[in-house]
Amino acid sequence: MKAIVDCNSFYASCERLFKPSLRNKPVVVLSNNDGCIVSRTDEAKALGIRMAGPYYQNKEEILKNNVAVFSSNYHLYGDLSKRVMDTLRLLAPVVEVYSVDESFLDLTGIDEEKLYDYSLFVKQTTELWTGIPVSVGVAPTKVLSKVANRLAKKDKIGTKGVMVLQTPEQQMEALERTAVEDIWGVGGANSKKLRMFNINTAWDLRNMSEEWVRKNLGGIVGVRLVKELNGMPCIEMKDPLTTKKMIATTRMFGKPVYELNELKEAVATYIARAAEKLRRQNSAAGSVSVFVVNSDNRNYGHYEPSYRSTYILLSAATSLTNVLTAQVMPLVDALYNKGSKYIKAGIVLGNIVPSDMIQFSLFEPPENVNAKKLMSVIDNINFSMCNDILKFASSGTKRNWKMRQEMRSQRFTTKWDELCLVK
Amino acid sequence: MRDRQFNNRIPYFTFYIGYSTFYIPLSFSKKFAEEIYSLKFTKIFSNLNRIHMELEQFFSAGYRGSKAFKQLDVPNADATGFGSPTDDYMDRGIDLNEQLIRNKPATFFMKVQGSSMINACIHHGDIVIVDRSIKPESGKIIIAVIDGEMLIRRFEKTMNRIRLIPETPKLSPMEINHESDFSIWGVVTYVIKSLTV
Repeated sequence: MKAIVDCNSFYASCERLFKPSLRNKPVVVLSNNDGCIVSRTDEAKALGIRMAGPYYQNKEEILKNNVAVFSSNYHLYGDLSKRVMDTLRLLAPVVEVYSVDESFLDLTGIDEEKLYDYSLFVKQTTELWTGIPVSVGVAPTKVLSKVANRLAKKDKIGTKGVMVLQTPEQQMEALERTAVEDIWGVGGANSKKLRMFNINTAWDLRNMSEEWVRKNLGGIVGVRLVKELNGMPCIEMKDPLTTKKMIATTRMFGKPVYELNELKEAVATYIARAAEKLRRQNSAAGSVSVFVVNSDNRNYGHYEPSYRSTYILLSAATSLTNVLTAQVMPLVDALYNKGSKYIKAGIVLGNIVPSDMIQFSLFEPPENVNAKKLMSVIDNINFSMCNDILKFASSGTKRNWKMRQEMRSQRFTTKWDELCLVK
Repeated sequence: MRDRQFNNRIPYFTFYIGYSTFYIPLSFSKKFAEEIYSLKFTKIFSNLNRIHMELEQFFSAGYRGSKAFKQLDVPNADATGFGSPTDDYMDRGIDLNEQLIRNKPATFFMKVQGSSMINACIHHGDIVIVDRSIKPESGKIIIAVIDGEMLIRRFEKTMNRIRLIPETPKLSPMEINHESDFSIWGVVTYVIKSLTV
């Protein structure tokens, strides 16, 4: 049996943990730059505030109903997510972290009759220890456990946030209550197509033949999905990802950028951030690509974003911020167009290799040890003191382009001077 | 593949009662494992369904602070003449996390504001370590939530009533009844206090 543990409106729950006055009150959390709503509590949902809806469209509703609004505070969410996953690792034999707020647990070996009690125990312990409410769905396969989890979330009082789909009758009842577009892995386009064939619930889809699915629902992927709905496990537990194959840093600017210097500062900062991630996993990058997005006033007031990018292959893979910055700055020069209004930029580090396996070219002197030492000193100081206390001058000193985070809460769990106050 | 996953984790043992099998981390004591099975630990306390872990049972060899360290982190003298005779006996040094944090995912740091606990030697500006997994017993200092406000108080529970007692003559104890909007956030385990500022 497999279980999925999913945090209930995770970002909003994190905000509530240190502000107990918001319990039972509507809370929403906005994306980077305060653009869209990325998390909302059940109370906000009941007010008709839509997920992923732009903030400004919902502003009236939010002000009228006194909804608490937060900018995203990824320092806090990251720490609490780690606490939830650490707790699960103590409680369950095999844990696969699937995203920031959900994990699959492999429950093989746990007595079938005790599954409900065990899941309830996992749920209650996680909530008690970390303060983040979770829902648990248990079923023979990953797709079915997602179905169970969704239903447990819908009826938190009746199910106590835990649903176990063991018998075929339970599975049938759950699948009949699930619409096709709510199945994990069925996208918007596919669900429209299925509706055209008069397949409205997950139960209808489950009963389709393998050949039909292979023909009409994306080949082997669809077959696997339907097998999973039938209770035959096809998607196995995955090993944790240890190193990333690609590291990207990209942000919308807080306000548009016109000057080359400002654009360069932004790109240099993104490189510093990405190189830090690279060094944390002991790797080096062999290529860098840069992109900028500008939104120019063409066609008499009609704004149209346009995207330009370029990339460079490095002669030897590196993780040194200064080397990467020096290589990328000419690319920004080449991309820059005077008079354009830039709204976004980003960099992607590719060809990532472990840093002890770097191949040096004949003409390149090996990176000297001092530069590496410098990097580790900078990283240590930045981690322990506060963000970016030490940085390269190329990333600028003013940062007009930095993203808007007007309503961010304190970083209660990661910064000494932002701790929660008790009276 | 499965073996590799287990290597990164805490060791487990398999635990049988009757026909049931449980995987229990070694850090759980056997007694606690028995309690998982019988689910005796679920107690209902003031409309909250909380599970209470007893420190003594749970953390006999428990999950304390950061255990992730390498052999390289152990220092040696690097003596150029004769090797230092102490090198074979070097330790990693004292790690405050190991001593002060008993259950890492459940431990939070908070800062005290005001003088409500002054007679318990908790002053304005002190940092308190709060563990959410400890059972709030009568006499312990807790972080209580009353009407959405987080307060540090001594918890007193007798047969028929619950009181929150401030450790200062300036404030009076608070009686908790069925109408109160009351919950317990966590139990204070340590106070960190600077004596030089």
